[in-house]
Amino acid sequence: MIRQELKKIAIYGFFLVIILTPMLGFRSTTFEPGRVLKALGVFIAILVVNMVVKYVRSFKKPDTVKKAPWTERIREQINRVPKIYSIGGLLALAFVFPMFADNYMIDVGITCLIYVCLGLGLNIVVGLCGLLDLGYIAFYAVGAYTYSLLNLTFGLSFWASLPIGIVLGMIVGCIIGYPTLKMRGDYLAIVTLGFGEIVRLVLNNWDSLTAGPNGLFGMKKPALYYPAFTEDGFTWITYYLKSLPSMYYFILVIAILTIIGVRRLDNSRIGRAWIAIREDEVAAELSGVPTIWIKLLAYALGAGFASVAGAFFAAKLSYTNPNFFLFMESCIVLCIVVLGGVGSIPGIVVAAFVLIAAPEVFRGLENFRMLAFGGIMTTMMILKPEGLIPASRRRRELHEDLVSAPKD
Amino acid sequence: MTTSQAILELTDVHTYYGNIHALKGISCSIEKGEIACLIGANGAGKSTTLMTIFGVERASQGQIYFNGQPIHDLKPEKVAALGVSQTPEGRQIFPRMSTYENLEMGAFLRKDQAEVQKDLEWVYTLFPVLKNRMRQLGGTLSGGEQQMLAIGRALMSRPELLLLDEPSLGLAPKMVEKIFETIIEINKTGVTIFLVEQNAHMALTISKTGYVMETGRIVLTDKASALLENEQVQKAYLGE
Amino acid sequence: MDLSSFLLQQMVNAIFLGSIYALIALGYTMVYGIIELINFAHGELFTAGAFIGVIVLTALQQMGFVETHFVLTMIIVFSMAMGYVAVLGVAVEHVAYKPLRTSSRLSALLSALGMSIFLSNGMMLSQGVSDRPYPQVFGIEGIEFMGARISNGQIFIILLAFALMIGLQLFVHRTRLGKAMRATAQNKTMARILGIDIDQTIRITFMIGPALGAAAGVMVGLQYGAVRFDMGFIFMIKAFAAAILGGIGSIPGAVLGGLIIGTIEVMWAAFLPSAWKDVTTFTVLIMVLYFKPSGLLGLGSTEVRV
Repeated sequence: MIRQELKKIAIYGFFLVIILTPMLGFRSTTFEPGRVLKALGVFIAILVVNMVVKYVRSFKKPDTVKKAPWTERIREQINRVPKIYSIGGLLALAFVFPMFADNYMIDVGITCLIYVCLGLGLNIVVGLCGLLDLGYIAFYAVGAYTYSLLNLTFGLSFWASLPIGIVLGMIVGCIIGYPTLKMRGDYLAIVTLGFGEIVRLVLNNWDSLTAGPNGLFGMKKPALYYPAFTEDGFTWITYYLKSLPSMYYFILVIAILTIIGVRRLDNSRIGRAWIAIREDEVAAELSGVPTIWIKLLAYALGAGFASVAGAFFAAKLSYTNPNFFLFMESCIVLCIVVLGGVGSIPGIVVAAFVLIAAPEVFRGLENFRMLAFGGIMTTMMILKPEGLIPASRRRRELHEDLVSAPKD
Repeated sequence: MTTSQAILELTDVHTYYGNIHALKGISCSIEKGEIACLIGANGAGKSTTLMTIFGVERASQGQIYFNGQPIHDLKPEKVAALGVSQTPEGRQIFPRMSTYENLEMGAFLRKDQAEVQKDLEWVYTLFPVLKNRMRQLGGTLSGGEQQMLAIGRALMSRPELLLLDEPSLGLAPKMVEKIFETIIEINKTGVTIFLVEQNAHMALTISKTGYVMETGRIVLTDKASALLENEQVQKAYLGE
Repeated sequence: MDLSSFLLQQMVNAIFLGSIYALIALGYTMVYGIIELINFAHGELFTAGAFIGVIVLTALQQMGFVETHFVLTMIIVFSMAMGYVAVLGVAVEHVAYKPLRTSSRLSALLSALGMSIFLSNGMMLSQGVSDRPYPQVFGIEGIEFMGARISNGQIFIILLAFALMIGLQLFVHRTRLGKAMRATAQNKTMARILGIDIDQTIRITFMIGPALGAAAGVMVGLQYGAVRFDMGFIFMIKAFAAAILGGIGSIPGAVLGGLIIGTIEVMWAAFLPSAWKDVTTFTVLIMVLYFKPSGLLGLGSTEVRV
């Protein structure tokens, strides 16, 4: 068996080398094998580890193979600790973080939290409802531009613009979702990709409205209002969240609310309807699930979360630009969902931090960031499609060959 | 346990679809040159048996021997190369290839072009209507014509063993008669036939050996003539 | 330039652009026809072909071949680009798609997407972010007729593109392997039962489809003078629109679709603000997918496959 596995790895490795050759730089006479060898090394290592794991498993008695994989056992261990402590611990950590981190790290933290929101939002569409949306970033853009335009043109505050942004995002979500209602997976992906690009191109080309590629700048930060008592009586004080830590706490609250929101949805009737549609749409329809509305709701809610994140993003930078919303960004969010585990809230949170923070930590690998994202997506699909921290339902459906028997 | 006369031998074959235990220990032995049939109700596992023989479905347990050679681990392409042919359930004609091309595909593994042409002519004599439809696309043929095409295609590889899955399904009675007559004719040229059928009466009439299958198990094995007289069989399968 | 010669000129450009889209679309349609997967990495294979082309052509130019042995140069450049990308295509299939043949559509799509990102960034790393210029091979000479102008380069490329398309059609309809491909696309299980080696057939599909895309890449480089690591994306979308428009899985459909998309794009750019021409293409794609997903020469719903 070892020989067979080794042979498979050898063939696989050979083809991997070929795939890696576009990374060789052929500039007239020089070429650099170093990069390729490093990348090849990483892949071979993954394959060897996989083979070793399979080999070790094959020695176990048949019933122990049915035992849960190590991630599940870790999960069980974590679940032993009362939720109060584990989640409370994490929250405490999150709250004290800015106190011993420098501005750079706080900024990274903010970015991670934004992507947590995006990942969770996309999770509603892809993870719960099973609709592969490749244009998700468009909703992010809608949120960002809505706030920017409302603030710059009409002077609306962040809080006033937010609901408008959310509603607009949800409307755009329905518009994008509507044509895809009857489509299959592949086509749905392409259509959403197309829409995402259309939104970006419109933002880029409609100079009179959006200042095109120059972007919009000068938006005010979000503000908090609190009452104060002075000699004259009672006034409201406007406190603009200008400092980085305050921004951090703001997005942290948003992220926590997002997590809670997605959690409630997951366990609600709507969530179950989404999952029914993902599993078998025809059966869901026949069971009385109004698939059209439910799917549109998925798009709309996912878009809503993205709009909030987008509005925050624009407010934080006081600047927005169509180039922030390229197709590549949609892929990054998708990669977060895939890596974390489709449908898994903790997985996505972890994946967001891993994928966003890691390139910052390993500074030298900055160039390899997108390369890694692509490689991760493919590798995860092949080796562990349920993600790092699988949602419990998903793991079951992906690792058991539940093929229905043919009629005989 | 391999008799020198047995062209196909199954021993305790189990097949699973995921968690569903479709074949629960099938054993049978087909003699070279005979027509054998497998009858049973819908869902009994008849098609699964043929698919397992061919390797399209993997047997998780048990052995399958063809002319003494183990084939239970072989991929379908390899099984075909050994001289086995199948007309699967539903005919499975290539819809956008012409009748001629469909037949051509039957001879895909053969290199002897002259002989292939001869076999083509023979198929045309068996099923003259196919010659008229030579250039027509397979998807536009009628049900009966498609069945003839499917059988003709299976014959193009000059098989030693021909597996037929429900050749009478959905055909008018006259067509069914014709098909079964042709099956006998084919068998006379030396091709062993293993026939899976719901139409138990016709199947048992032309066969030498019969197997009755129920929910994944072969419950009766006997000479076909005996099964025709068998009371249980009569009640269950011949009662129409 | 009066209207009729202007239109004629646009037709020339449309045929030119359309042929290129058609070549790329063929790659999509063949792969989709046989394994029902959108090969997201196809755009990158197209780009890789363009890069190989520029590398080989630059080398040949430095050796002075281009002036003296034009036809030979072209043969070498195209064969090397197509040959390398054919191997690359097989590699991608083996690494990213084969393991997922029995998995869900979502997994295979995501794997394809990952491959696309991986390859395009790989090329960015090795070839740089900026445009890489193609050596000038064709001069500006051409033929004038009825007020319109077609350059030598355009003539060469159009002829080559059509030669390749005709070659493909012949291959698929006259050769044993080609028929095996068609059979596999129409009914995989039956093809196996007849003894056709599915793995090999799929491999061949992944050699031919990407090779055609690579040829298109070289052509784009030759005509437009430069290549970039991310040019694959927009060509991919347009070619995909062409493949769907013509009927996914249908080879003549891909050609027809390519020509139509090319015409739409050229006509739009001729009369309307060209900044929006890509939006038009995307919109066309979405409308086709919404109103007639089976395309013009549609093979019927691809959901129902026997």
